[in-house]
Amino acid sequence: MALLEVNNLTVEFKTSQGPFRAVDSIDVAVGANDVLAIVGESGSGKSVSMLAVMGLLPWTATVTADSMMFNGVDLAGLDSKQRRDIVGKDMSMIFQEPMSSLNPCFTVGFQLREALKAHLPLSRRERKHRAVELLEMVGIPEPTKRLGAFPHQLSGGMNQRVMIAMAIACKPKLLIADEPTTALDVTIQAQILELLLELNQQHDMALVLITHDMGVVAETAQRVSVQYAGQKVEEQSVEALFATPRHPYTHALLAALPERATGKMLPSIPGVVPGQFDRPSGCLFSPRCEFATELCVKEVPIANSDDPTSVRCHYPLGKSASVA
Amino acid sequence: MIQFVLKRLGTTIPTFIGVSIITFLFIRLIPGDPILIMAGERGMSAERHAKLLAQYGYDQPLWQQYWDYLSGMLRGDLGISFRTKRPVWDEFFALFPATLELSVCAIIFSIIIGIPSGIVAAIYRGKWPDQLLMSTALVGFSMPIFWWALLLIIFFSGTLGWTPVSGRISLLYYFPAETGFMLIDAWRSGQEGAFRSAIDHLILPTIVLGTIPLAVIARQTRSAMLEVLSEDYIRTARAKGLSPFRINGLHALRNALIPVITVIGLSVGTLLAGAILTETIFSWPGIGKWMVESIRSRDYPVVQGGLMLIAGMVMLVNLFVDLLYGIINPKIRKS
Repeated sequence: MALLEVNNLTVEFKTSQGPFRAVDSIDVAVGANDVLAIVGESGSGKSVSMLAVMGLLPWTATVTADSMMFNGVDLAGLDSKQRRDIVGKDMSMIFQEPMSSLNPCFTVGFQLREALKAHLPLSRRERKHRAVELLEMVGIPEPTKRLGAFPHQLSGGMNQRVMIAMAIACKPKLLIADEPTTALDVTIQAQILELLLELNQQHDMALVLITHDMGVVAETAQRVSVQYAGQKVEEQSVEALFATPRHPYTHALLAALPERATGKMLPSIPGVVPGQFDRPSGCLFSPRCEFATELCVKEVPIANSDDPTSVRCHYPLGKSASVA
Repeated sequence: MIQFVLKRLGTTIPTFIGVSIITFLFIRLIPGDPILIMAGERGMSAERHAKLLAQYGYDQPLWQQYWDYLSGMLRGDLGISFRTKRPVWDEFFALFPATLELSVCAIIFSIIIGIPSGIVAAIYRGKWPDQLLMSTALVGFSMPIFWWALLLIIFFSGTLGWTPVSGRISLLYYFPAETGFMLIDAWRSGQEGAFRSAIDHLILPTIVLGTIPLAVIARQTRSAMLEVLSEDYIRTARAKGLSPFRINGLHALRNALIPVITVIGLSVGTLLAGAILTETIFSWPGIGKWMVESIRSRDYPVVQGGLMLIAGMVMLVNLFVDLLYGIINPKIRKS
């Protein structure tokens, strides 16, 4: 059984102009020790779906799902106290902006020890010891000294390492990384990704990596789930996805990679992700799809949930459409 | 830290000089001759008037008068009151403890109720606790203070008879004012019931004087909390599985305190300058009443000296607030 298995997850936000569906019946399955990448443009609901799993959405959000199983427990059936016992312990998350994700009023050591105190029965001395150990583990030099530092005294990369140390403090079974490298320099990006993969391999920790960077996906993930406008359009292993993308959106995303460009101009996908008021009636990608027909405009394509290779498209691409 | 304090103290010097010029000029801009006012309805002869003007130095050019005033102040001499013939310094420190005692009680009252109300309102934003608290705060803020005081007196002193109507302590007790703070003096006097009586006398003035700061603090806390609660680090705190009490009361509140401390500092400033209405209604012998009477009788030394001392206190409070910023949020210390 998978570590995390979410079926038919839908998230709606109350807005002054009526409800907005940010995530639309998505299935997520992550096995123990898996590395799943969730990719998509901004506004495709990648972060929202994972925040829903963590229970971190604001009160304006309504989360519904057929089931939300984590480690054998249905998350939807828990009260907030039981949920808090899991979040931050067995399941944790790091975010895009390391500089603003740490509280500026407290030292790094305080915030790290706090995470330990919330979930583990350790003494003061043990917590301090473990905090040093964690900072060492994420590659922060002079960890004892750094415990007394405030977030503004550290660089973005160091802060992200602190965030990771905090997230893995209680040895979680699942770490969700929401664009962990987007705000960082390219050289630091590689280091952080390497660190995450190392933790995944050495500590039996499943990793969900939310990103819009196909390069990051290729380097890290085992499986890839592609989301568009709140829907999952396809999911494949990373090799298969790069070799034979089946959904035209995935195809277009891969074609837009600079390293795959052949002409002078970089290929791009025309238009933007539909918002609250311009949702097409049929396939959500149809206005931007080069293969769209009348059927695509009229009828919503449905993926067969029993068939793992099934995609949300009336005309899935075959091997012939490979862009490799 | 010491460097920061010295630097901040340095910047108060121009403020101090500015305040001294303004107080000096403004009291002289008000029509009315202090010598004639002292003489009262009988009036006085032109020769006597000229002689007295010369005696007090008011026949000198303005810059000379200002110089005398400034150099006196630097020597610690604020002059002698026209009305009471006592040094301004002595008068101020005889009355100031009463004002300070009441201000401190009022500000503690407004903080203890205001900050939790603001937090609760922010957490339940848009729901009934928020609406109830914030509309109450708005009423408190807009209410005329003398009317509010009278309502409280009629109800608690009149109808219920729980609290005394005015003064600082019951007339049954007498002891020398050693510190000037009635609570401390009453405690030290050892007389049975004196301390209790001093507290009873403080309750209504504290509520009345604390009402407006309370409303301001509650509203400021709410808006600061709302801003902070949407910050990324609050999401991180929730992702750690911390309890809502810890998230709101520690992670959010500490960040939200900066603007709240600013309004508390400003409120303390205005309270120290004396609460004229509250002191008048409750016959509280503080500096508010003293200042108003001095302005009315054109008591130049008292107005000038008293205002300078009050300004000095306010500057001290602001310096303290600036220091607190750095303690609450170390990021501010850096910039």
